[in-house]
Amino acid sequence: MKYLSEYRDPELARSLVERINRTVTKRWTLMEVCGGQTHTIVKQGIHEVLSDAVEMIHGPGCPVCVTPLEQIDRALHLAARPDVVFTSFGDMLRVPGSECDLLQIKARGGNVSVVYSPLDAVQLALSNPDKEVVFFAVGFETTAPANAMAVWRAKELGIENFSVLVSHVTVPPAMVAILEDPDNRVQGFLAAGHVCTVMGWKEYEPLADKYEVPIVVTGFEPLDILEGIWMAIRQLEDGRHEVENQYVRAVRREGNRPAQELVSKVFQPVDRGWRGIGTIPASGLGLRPELAAFDAERKFGLEGIHAEESPECRAGDVLRGHLKPYECPAFGTSCTPENPLGAPMVSSEGACAAYYNFGRMQAAARA
Amino acid sequence: MTTTTRRAPVEGIACPTPLPAHDRVQLGHGSGGKMSANLLRERFLPRFGNRYLDGLGDGALVPVEGMEVVVSTDTFVVSPLEFPGGNIGHLAVHGTVNDLAMMGATPKYLSAGFVLEEGLLFDVLDRVLDAMAECAVACGVQIVTGDTKVVDRGKADGLFVNTTGIGFLSGGFRPSPARARPGDVVLVSGPLGRHGMAIMAVREGLAFDADIESDTASLAPLVESLRLSVGAAVHCLRDATRGGLASALNEIARSSSVGVELSGALPIPPAVEAACEMLGLDPLYVANEGVLVAFVAPEAEAGALAALRAHTPGVAAMRVGRVVERHAGMVVSRTGLGGTRVVDMLPGDQLPRIC
Repeated sequence: MKYLSEYRDPELARSLVERINRTVTKRWTLMEVCGGQTHTIVKQGIHEVLSDAVEMIHGPGCPVCVTPLEQIDRALHLAARPDVVFTSFGDMLRVPGSECDLLQIKARGGNVSVVYSPLDAVQLALSNPDKEVVFFAVGFETTAPANAMAVWRAKELGIENFSVLVSHVTVPPAMVAILEDPDNRVQGFLAAGHVCTVMGWKEYEPLADKYEVPIVVTGFEPLDILEGIWMAIRQLEDGRHEVENQYVRAVRREGNRPAQELVSKVFQPVDRGWRGIGTIPASGLGLRPELAAFDAERKFGLEGIHAEESPECRAGDVLRGHLKPYECPAFGTSCTPENPLGAPMVSSEGACAAYYNFGRMQAAARA
Repeated sequence: MTTTTRRAPVEGIACPTPLPAHDRVQLGHGSGGKMSANLLRERFLPRFGNRYLDGLGDGALVPVEGMEVVVSTDTFVVSPLEFPGGNIGHLAVHGTVNDLAMMGATPKYLSAGFVLEEGLLFDVLDRVLDAMAECAVACGVQIVTGDTKVVDRGKADGLFVNTTGIGFLSGGFRPSPARARPGDVVLVSGPLGRHGMAIMAVREGLAFDADIESDTASLAPLVESLRLSVGAAVHCLRDATRGGLASALNEIARSSSVGVELSGALPIPPAVEAACEMLGLDPLYVANEGVLVAFVAPEAEAGALAALRAHTPGVAAMRVGRVVERHAGMVVSRTGLGGTRVVDMLPGDQLPRIC
């Protein structure tokens, strides 16, 4: 565990906090793109100890949060079919669809399985030839290569009872959507380190240039995040706007070429809906036409399933940093971690759930 | 009173349909988190509630012919039945013995009820029964009554066991989840997360190589030493089983209307930490079967730690936090950075994260 404890040293962390506080001449607004970074920030209380120096806006980089309601409903529909074994990463199971979530479908007899690797889903298809095995292929560029590998492997093995419900999204178009927003407040980004292990950071260079915004490729441990914040703030204070790499132990400018090639063999860019935000052009990955046989939407005729978001849920405004979770009228009333209206209230580290707990503590402390 | 979960097929599927969202039992109702608590509060307590049950302790203290005895029951379901460090038989004896001990009682008698699945190998059953017999002797309890039922293949996960225990109280020692006070120190008896991760490592479809054994153990000797050395200075005892340390602390914080503040490093073995990192789980919520948490008056801290450390399951006992007046009913952790984090109860089962 040395590789972890090294990046969690409290002494070093405190000295970075001091350095950040000494460097700033004003309070800056940064966005961490990735849900994994939000997790660390909330768990370690980084937003709290730096609250005088930076406002951290939790970005749209949580695949659980941005998967559109429509795709969740399609997943629920599939999981309820008696001929289907529906496989998914664990934290998609409690995301609310229009009527229920995957855990409730499971309680009603649906065959829902948590897998750690999409290749396990392919294996399930091999060992259950009388069932249709569907894998919920969600996530950013990080999970795309493994998901692409599963489809490729199924094709190589000639497996006909395996398909994927795809809801892949990509980071740069979402950053563009945030930067193009006339109300944008984000002054610098911590780019998602693991996405960049696959994609590198070349594609962020034009963004930093065009929008004059610092972008720091950042890891996930407390020291990574603090160093990433410090690097972004130093750029802002110096009036620079470059792509810098904090996560040097894992990321190269070119990224992982074989992974990129596999992804483009299986997927192609498509317009994609983001929960609470809407459709962003070319912001997703869909199966290439020659692999349509593995497309669960086509195989099971799901195109007709459409869903309307609850008008009460303002997750989109939260994810874009326009609204603090506690400013949402549904916050803590009709929307709680036990009965979430939107995905950011689902995970205990989601932006809404995190504020829900923190607010409860402050209220209890005042009482 | 506790509820537990098992995996079983249910007939009839219908969704998306306009059903009330919460019309049936889900696995999360057995997680030891908020869903479990709601299940008890909404369905069981309104029907069964009485002054003994309502305390929701690990057992109930009831008057019998002028004496006070403690009764506790627990049902054991685990897949696989045998795992590194033990089998369901060890859990069935230790679980109920520990629940009695957490009430401050000396365990004496057990009943054991078995649901056996058609096709269960006698070799497996024998090993489970051997484990129960050995544990009973070691814990100084006798299994004095029992029952067996056999169900069709597919209707049980090999075997389920229920044990009910009776224990006796000694004068002046009445730990209770409602007795924590501001100023108390919070002690844990040993390393966290071993049972849950040992099971996870051998569970079908998830097997990974990890050098982790279940911590299943009797905690009765630790409690006996606490009673003899610091006695009434022990305010609350809880074994941190389902839902892990986080759930045990939350239950006490709520029952006693106090805040709990964790600070400093927690005793998490490197192998558990590594496995949790890999799976995206938080060791604070992972089950233990041989770890107790004790809330003790501050002046008795050294004596209590010495008492715990005199026994194998307690050699690594340490202080992990304190009871505070602020944020009553909540557990908060001070991070190494000086920030704060609310350690809430989970709604249901802990779900592995994507990222």
